[in-house]
Amino acid sequence: MHITKDLVAASATPLVLGILAEGESYGYAILKQINELSGGQLEWTDGLLYPLLHRLERLGHVESAWETPPGGRRRKYYRITDQGCAELVEQRRQWAAVVDALRGVWNISQSITPITAPAWEAGR
Amino acid sequence: MGGGTVIVESNNDLEAQIAEWRAYVHRRRELLQTDAEELEDHLRSRITELTEAGLGADEAFLIAVKRMGSLDELSREFAREHSERLWKQLVLPGEPDAPAAARSRRELLVMMLCAAVAALAIKVPALFGLDISGDDAGFYVRNVSLFALPALAAYFGWQRRLDRRVIGVLALLFAIGAVAANAYPLADDSQSTVLTAIHLPIALWLVVGVTYAGGDWRSDRRRMDFIRFTGEWLIYFVLIALGGGVLVLFTAGTFDAIGLDAEGFINSWLLPCGAMAAVIVSAWLVEAKQSVIENMAPVLTRVFTPLFAVTLLAFLVAMIWTNEGIDVERDVLILFDLLLVIVLGLLLYAISARNPAARPGLFDKLQLALVVSALIIDVMVLLAITGRITEWGFSPNKTAALGENVILLTNLAWSAWLFLGFLRGRMPFARLEHWQTRYLIVYAVWAWTVVLAFPIIFDFV
Repeated sequence: MHITKDLVAASATPLVLGILAEGESYGYAILKQINELSGGQLEWTDGLLYPLLHRLERLGHVESAWETPPGGRRRKYYRITDQGCAELVEQRRQWAAVVDALRGVWNISQSITPITAPAWEAGR
Repeated sequence: MGGGTVIVESNNDLEAQIAEWRAYVHRRRELLQTDAEELEDHLRSRITELTEAGLGADEAFLIAVKRMGSLDELSREFAREHSERLWKQLVLPGEPDAPAAARSRRELLVMMLCAAVAALAIKVPALFGLDISGDDAGFYVRNVSLFALPALAAYFGWQRRLDRRVIGVLALLFAIGAVAANAYPLADDSQSTVLTAIHLPIALWLVVGVTYAGGDWRSDRRRMDFIRFTGEWLIYFVLIALGGGVLVLFTAGTFDAIGLDAEGFINSWLLPCGAMAAVIVSAWLVEAKQSVIENMAPVLTRVFTPLFAVTLLAFLVAMIWTNEGIDVERDVLILFDLLLVIVLGLLLYAISARNPAARPGLFDKLQLALVVSALIIDVMVLLAITGRITEWGFSPNKTAALGENVILLTNLAWSAWLFLGFLRGRMPFARLEHWQTRYLIVYAVWAWTVVLAFPIIFDFV
């Protein structure tokens, strides 16, 4: 299944903030975690995570620091800030509202018509 | 043992591939060093994971790069997030790394020192009772270039590590300039004082040009660089002067509001010291931002060449149409000198930014039209004036104005000839460039002649 770009973009911020709420992390580990959480359904272009992280940093939701673990490579770690936690709560509220609304829509549409191709599409 | 060698080799291959990828990333202006490092860390993590899953180093690299996304898309996203990076930052290097930063910091310090010296130099005569706003204004007018330009020459001398002998010769030239400006018994309102005040800065500016070229003043390239530098310097100086004007207004206004009169401070400290320091600061700015921003002088040239060409052509047509001779007044020569200077400036800065290998285009034809119409107008002015010049007699002002007119006319006439040859594909563009850079010597000789010989020739009038 392919998830559209818009959906990926919309869900990116809460996903990243949620993962960072668990503890500090770095880009590659964040991506891996998103992949695992979505069962491989959410596919990102790897590089695009970084402009997003930089934006969250500029907005003050996360902060970053270069660290060198013993015997490892220098790596940039990101940590969520208090403001980021507040943003996460807010995003969660919004998403809950969206999910509720969608659930309602699925229920209605299931009871009225079975999911088939609409007539105008079948006619093409 | 054989297996070990293979792994080492493939590791080397991988490192080479990653280095190549890194080089590509570095070429992107939107991506800073730290971004590249972060992305490389990601790339390496991905490769490690893939090789641990059993892929070869080559395949792992290919997949990792592919998953990273195209560099175009990446830099677009980075540019959207860090749009400030597209606006090149000027004054201080943002990234605290590399010896380049240390060097530019040292240059900044020396520049500030030279600017301070220039600013204080103009206050030194005041210690000996010479008042800048009072009766001794003539002294300052004659010497104005001797306060800031030595400091500027010193800055370039330090920066370019000039040879000791060259420094000696240049110091001697500055000393000669100082003697010429002060040893002759000239009245403050004499014509020669005014001529010295105009020509000594030109002569000494060309001396600064020698330090700018790092002593290599015979080189055409270095001379062209100095011409470019001069144009940019002028633009920066004007910009700083505008800012300084605002500062002066606020200083006067705010102190006036609390009942203090700042005019004395402004006239005897803020304006003279600020102007002298601005000479150095502008020069430093031109050098510091050289590679950062598009040069402004050629841009202005592009804008104004068509406008001046149209104006001059219209003037020519109107002159022929109305059959009206030029009203030959005394100041008309100076006006047309200035016109030639502007046309020459437009020509110079068009040349300085031109790719010598490019084919002649519409702009070049426009340029030629501009030069030729200026030439025709000037020849008409000269013809009208020669009859009258005997009537006026050869005063220093008239002689200087006439001499300059002839010098500029010669330059433009030969330039037009070379330009024509270039447009018809008979001559390489470099000939024109060569002619202009060679001609700098003529300006230097003329400026020194006016400063050194004119007062003697004309009996200190």
